[in-house]
Amino acid sequence: MKIKQLSLFLENQAGKLYYPCKVLADAGIDILTLSLADTQQFGILRLIVDDWEKARTVFEKAGSVVKVTEVVAVEVENRPGGLAGILEILEESRINIEYMYAFTFGRQDRAIMIFRFEDSDGAIRVLNTKGVRIVSQTDLKHHQNGREC
Amino acid sequence: MANQPIPLCHAIRKKPQPPAGLDSPFWDVAESQPVEERQSLQLHRLRETISRVRNVPFYQSAFREMNITPESIRTLDDLRRLPFTTKADLRDSPPLGFCAVPREDIARIHGSTGTTGRQTFVAYTAEDLDLWSDLCARFLYAGGLRKNHLVQIAFGYGLFTGGFGLHYGVERVGAAVVPAAAGNTQRHITLMRDLAVDVLVCTPSYALSIAETARAMGFDSAQLPIRYGHFGGEPWTQDMRRRIEQELGILAFNNYGLSEIIGPGVSGECHEQNGMHLQEDHFLVECLDPETLEPVEEGEVGELVITSLTRRAMPLIRYRTRDLSSLDSRPCPCGRTTRRMSRLTGRTDDMLIIRGVNVFPSQIEEALLRVEGTAPHYMIEIDRPGSLDEVTVHVEVHPQTFSDRMDRMQALRDRIDREIHSITGLRVKVVLLGPQTLERFTGKARRVNDHRKL
Repeated sequence: MKIKQLSLFLENQAGKLYYPCKVLADAGIDILTLSLADTQQFGILRLIVDDWEKARTVFEKAGSVVKVTEVVAVEVENRPGGLAGILEILEESRINIEYMYAFTFGRQDRAIMIFRFEDSDGAIRVLNTKGVRIVSQTDLKHHQNGREC
Repeated sequence: MANQPIPLCHAIRKKPQPPAGLDSPFWDVAESQPVEERQSLQLHRLRETISRVRNVPFYQSAFREMNITPESIRTLDDLRRLPFTTKADLRDSPPLGFCAVPREDIARIHGSTGTTGRQTFVAYTAEDLDLWSDLCARFLYAGGLRKNHLVQIAFGYGLFTGGFGLHYGVERVGAAVVPAAAGNTQRHITLMRDLAVDVLVCTPSYALSIAETARAMGFDSAQLPIRYGHFGGEPWTQDMRRRIEQELGILAFNNYGLSEIIGPGVSGECHEQNGMHLQEDHFLVECLDPETLEPVEEGEVGELVITSLTRRAMPLIRYRTRDLSSLDSRPCPCGRTTRRMSRLTGRTDDMLIIRGVNVFPSQIEEALLRVEGTAPHYMIEIDRPGSLDEVTVHVEVHPQTFSDRMDRMQALRDRIDREIHSITGLRVKVVLLGPQTLERFTGKARRVNDHRKL
């Protein structure tokens, strides 16, 4: 149920974000969502794409350092308290979130959040028992297609 | 003559002679000795030194191989038959392996700053310490220091030779010392103002830092009470001298020395400020082409090679300093008859002098290798934006060290910073770079960009 996220190291300079996006565009790879963590000096670009294996190959060919990590995509109800409800479950089980970011698309009633946990399997177990829906890699593509329809 | 034993203690050292009066131009009459007279003294002292180092294993075997005895040294030109001594020779021998005196005769030990590999030590007998004070007194006096002055020393006290060397030199002149030591710039300024200090002793870049800090504290730096400054421990330019003199309203003098030989006191400027007078009655100084090891023409830049003539605990023969300078034997208007050396123009090796600390790029590399997975792709950028040197180490991120987590990346950077600090003693700025961003070299890699104008 985990999905693959690609991370890239970026120097904090003008134009540095363009380059990886261009590499993906040239390879015909679609970015499903991304997040950028930055300091004054450097940033870490995290990407969820429609074909992570192909993306990794093209990045490596382009000389980038790419890290593949597993993250968890969680469906969140699009209403006040939707996210708080999920965080409450995690808090009660003392599950630590390294970072999280939102998807750029969603349906009217649902949003999708990407979570990076120290212990992804433990987090998935807890969320499952509480009836929270975890989105798989293939589901993500459907979401994406759904948006495009 | 050839077979006569040479008396060891004959005419080696006269007691330091305070100047005849306050207006005497020299601390020691030896500074204005006729050149021929000095040369015969040098020859005599060279033979004595050869005799003294014969119990040092390194020289013992070299001399045996090259058939060198004190008697075989007939003219000063015979110096060129003698073996060189390098930093590596010192490092490869036991810590006090170059000592020529029994252990009980050692009165003090200093060490060289931040060098590669094992630290090297320098030993002094009581006589050496006495000589050292006198050598420092000579250049301090030449630069205007008098008995009634108060001198603030902002050098580190410790294994580093700067603090203690200058301290005892000032006391030898009869002036008073404020041993404020390195660090806490604001306190230096307060001390200077409260005590009406006349003379400042530190590195040239620290002098500028004091001026800057004084201004930041709301004082006119040129109105501080100090009138003279004696600066050394790192290379500096004529421009920097002018800046220091203007900003602090002082006369700034340059001095040179290195711990292996004795510390500060090898040479220093007189009030003419036109090069540093070599203390040639105690050191034989050659200026050689570092490749051919042949003497360069006078005025040309070469490597300084120094033979100590009167050191007891650890005399060195033809020590290759790796410092580049040029020599000038034209008479100086001050009346001293010694040759003068120019300010240092560089090094023959890749040693860097950062805020007075000696650093080799290989030490940075060693630190990077300690941090698991750091690729050997790095670049050291050195700059002097204000008055103090700043070092930035650019390191390429590697698949093994890269993480999607920001805390891990920051920890990586902190760890590199800590390792560099623990090896070199320097605080540097670490900048992480993307892979393949640094230039690749097919031949010898260039690891340093020194933007300082030295």
